[in-house]
This record gives sequence, structure tokens and C-alpha cells, in this order.
Amino acid sequence: MLRVEEIHKSFDDFKAVNGANLTVEKGKLVAVIGPNGAGKTTLFNLITGQLKADQGKVLFNEEDISSLPPYKICKRGIARSFQIANIFPRLTVFRNVQVSVLSQQEKSRKLFYPAKKLAVEETNSILESVGLSDRAGNTAGSLAHGDQRALEIAIALGNKPELLILDEPTAGMSPEETTATIELIKRLADSRELTILFCEHDMEVVFNAAQSIMVLHQGLTIIQGEPDQVRNSSQVQECYLGGAEPC
Amino acid sequence: MFGKLIHKKSFGLAIVLFVFFLILPFFVSRFYIYIFALIFVTGLLATSLNIVLGYGGMFQFHHSVFYGVGAYGFVLMLTKTDLSPLFAFIVGPIVAALISLLLGLICVRLTKLYFGMLQLALGSLIWAIVFRWYSFTGGDNGIHGIPLPSIISSISGAYYFTLIITAICLIFMYLIVNSPFGSVFQAIRDNPERSEAIGVNVKRHQLIGLMIAGFFAGVAGILFVTVEGSVFPDMMFWTFSLEILIMCLLGGWFTFLGPMFGAAIIVSLRTFVGIYTEYWTLILGIVLMLLIFFLPEGVLGYFVERFQPHDKAVLSGEK
Repeated sequence: MLRVEEIHKSFDDFKAVNGANLTVEKGKLVAVIGPNGAGKTTLFNLITGQLKADQGKVLFNEEDISSLPPYKICKRGIARSFQIANIFPRLTVFRNVQVSVLSQQEKSRKLFYPAKKLAVEETNSILESVGLSDRAGNTAGSLAHGDQRALEIAIALGNKPELLILDEPTAGMSPEETTATIELIKRLADSRELTILFCEHDMEVVFNAAQSIMVLHQGLTIIQGEPDQVRNSSQVQECYLGGAEPC
Repeated sequence: MFGKLIHKKSFGLAIVLFVFFLILPFFVSRFYIYIFALIFVTGLLATSLNIVLGYGGMFQFHHSVFYGVGAYGFVLMLTKTDLSPLFAFIVGPIVAALISLLLGLICVRLTKLYFGMLQLALGSLIWAIVFRWYSFTGGDNGIHGIPLPSIISSISGAYYFTLIITAICLIFMYLIVNSPFGSVFQAIRDNPERSEAIGVNVKRHQLIGLMIAGFFAGVAGILFVTVEGSVFPDMMFWTFSLEILIMCLLGGWFTFLGPMFGAAIIVSLRTFVGIYTEYWTLILGIVLMLLIFFLPEGVLGYFVERFQPHDKAVLSGEK
């Protein structure tokens, strides 16, 4: 479904991504792991068009999307969340998700029709699936951190994506919240038949949840494979899992 | 149709206000009729600015350019061509919207303050052209003695025309900020990067928003001509843009009617304090300082927050 081939990106002299490869098959839950500064977020930004690659290709359903602007990539069926809660703080929770649904339904340029009558069902169903129904009327900026992260995922779901990309969905969360979020992601993948690509710090979480893991080290792909394969790879152990305290 | 759209209570209030303004000329002197007409015009202008400022988050520093372009477009059509005045009414706002698109195409590449500075520069350029082009625009003298259609040439005729057009424009703008377009526009204000990531063509949305704001500013320009009977380059000088910016902030730029309210405050202040002292801006300065410290959301914004925490819909059009 998604294939990243030998992609490179540098900022001035710093090579953030230096030959990354990634394959995401339909229906799979794929994780990218790597220490801080490995280039995970840069890689995601390259896939969704926030950054332009210096070299290499991103293929989505066999189409080269590496030169498209973010909004067009989104229209192709890739939605994403961001590492820091990236929401619309002054709008209500409901509105946050609704604009995303409106954009997906190509209704964002209607000028004289009341917005409150459009996309209501879809929006409510998404809010319910992430557990934010009871806070639909609150201003998004006033939500607790964990709820903002859930809202972040809800906004991405509003685009009805084929592929959902989550950049550290559990960043800054307590262990309980982390477990809950991972459960949510698994549930969404099942109920909405999503393909999900995410990156994550917590090793335990990754090895339990993901069906395929790609290891990124200093911008370079070391290996991609099933969890066991990755765990047993001597290369990975050497440069990443080698220490007593993984990450 | 509109009854369902707008909150019931505020709909009733709007009707009462409208009727009040309809019968007002029977009770007050010509001078007050003129002041009220001026408030409607300026309020409409400030509300049009607030579409891009408060709802779109774009720092449109030189909005009065489109006010001036609309007014000049209207007047030049009336004085230089033999076409029916109806054309002039239509051409004014359309020219304003097109100039808005033109400036927008250049400025929209930049964001926030940089957008504002470039817009200010380009706007001043248009002002300079109008100010200097004596043969066409009358230069710094402006154009006087405009042959207005007889029905709106009297002060009460101009008053009613202004009142009705302003009301219609407000209804349209209210519909726009509550439409899907308006929602997405507010989303862009809050977070352009995220908007792009949910499939919104941010630049195109901003351009449409700028055109809408320019169009209604052009309408306000025409209304100004009908009230004042003349045009002059001062109405598109950058200090006036600053004044309408202040109206938005003063009234409350996150509320729909805030700018209208701000315009009423500033126009009254200028008129009535201006009688006693030419330094009326001194009073304005003090009012602004107090505002920044105590009511950062503007006067109407403050009341909306304080008295209607769950009913923002009435004034801000949030629902």
C-alpha cells in the first residue's frame, strides 16, 4: 500500500533521514522505532508532504506522492496525527472533527448553508469511537492532555483515511493512559479496517501491538520485519536494544 | 429560512433593533440620522474586516483600501460613464473584491505579521495612485457633487438605504461565518498546518475569504458615498485602516457583532468628544490602554464570556 524507497532529507549539514525504506501492507499495524533523533518524525513529515524529500520516493497505491502538497496527499487517503497535540484550540470538540469530515466530503467551500446541519452523524460516530461524545460541546483548547491526543486521532479519522499515520500517539502519557490509547488504536484498526503506521518510544507497547516493525537508526533503516525477527536481529541488538535499558 | 439559522432570542432582538432603527428618523434630528448612518457604514466595514481578522486569523492591516476602491469604483462609474447607476452599485464591490484577490495572491504567500506588513505596503501603493492621479481620481481633492439617484440623495433616503443594505450584508456575512466555509476558515485561523493535513487547500480558502471581505468593504464604500456625497483619498489612508482594526479589537474580534459595536463607540467618540477637543484620540488612547489590560477580548467579547458562557451562539456564531 505504502512504500518508501531510499528516502533522504537533510537540514543544512545534518542528515535527518539518510536512506530510509519502509513498506506498509494493507490492514497491518506497522511501527517505526528508533532512539530520539533517529528521524522518525522527519520520515512521517516526508510521507505526508510537510517536508519535501531531497532524494527517494514515496509510493502510495503505486502512485508517486513525494511531490504533492499535504492537502492533496490527504485527499489520496492518508491522514495523520502529530507528536504535539495539534488541534483547533478555539473551536468546540465537535467542530474540530466536523471540519475534517467536511473537508473529506468536499463541502468545505459551501458558503451559505448552515454548517451545523452537515456531517453531524459521521462526526458523532467518530467522537463516540474515541470516547469524547460527552465533551463534544467543550472548547478543544480546554481539554486535558490525554483527551487532546484522542481528539487529535479523531480529527485524522474524520478524513476517512485508508492509511492512518500516528506520530507518537502516547507521547507524554502515563502508563495507564498509554495502555488505553494503544487499545483504542487496535480497536480502531479493527472496526474501521484501517491500516496504521505509528512510531513509539515504549518498546513493550511496540512489540505487543505491531505486526511489523521498522527500526530506524540515525536516519537509516536497519531492518523491517515481524516483531520476533526484529527482536532477534543481532544488528538491532547491537545498536539499539543492546543496552540494559532499552530507550 | 433565517429564523431557524439564527438563535431564536437573538433573531427576535435583531428584528426589534431593525424596527427601532426604521422609525428612528422620525424622532431625532438630521445630525443624529447622519451619525447613525455613518455608524452603520463604518460598522459594516469593520465587520467585513473581522471576517478575515477574527474568523480567518489574517492580519489584514490595510483593509480600508477596499473600502476606498469600492467607493471610487462606484463614483467613477457614475461620473465617467452613462451607464445606469445600477451598474455602478454592482461594479464597486466587484472591483473591490478583485483588487482584494490581486493583493491576496501576492500577500498570501506570507503569514501572520509578514502578511500584514506586505499588505500594508501594497495597500499604500494603491492609495498613492489614487492620491496622485489627478486626471482620473481627482487626486487629493477627491470627487465631489456626485450625481446620486434621487431616492437616496436626501439624508433620510441615504439613511434607509444604508440601514437596509447593512442589514442584508450582515445577514449574508452571518451565513458565511456559520457555513462549512466559515468553519474551515476558523480552523485555518486556529491551526493552518493541521488544516492542510486534513485536506484543506489553505491558500485558496484564504483567498476566497479575502475576496469576501473585500467585497463587503466595497459595499461599505458605496454606502459611505451615499451618506457623504463625496469620495476622497483619506478614506483609504492607512491611519483609517488602523482605526477599523481598533474597532474590531475594541468591540471583540471573536464575536460577530463586536466590530459593529466597536464602530459605534469610535464614531460616537470622534463625533462627541471631537466637539470639545481636537485631541479626541487622547481619549481613544486611554480607552485602548484600559481595554488591553482589562478586556483583552473586547467589550462584547467580555460580555459574551461573562454572561453567556453556554450561549456563545448568539453573538459569535459559534454553533
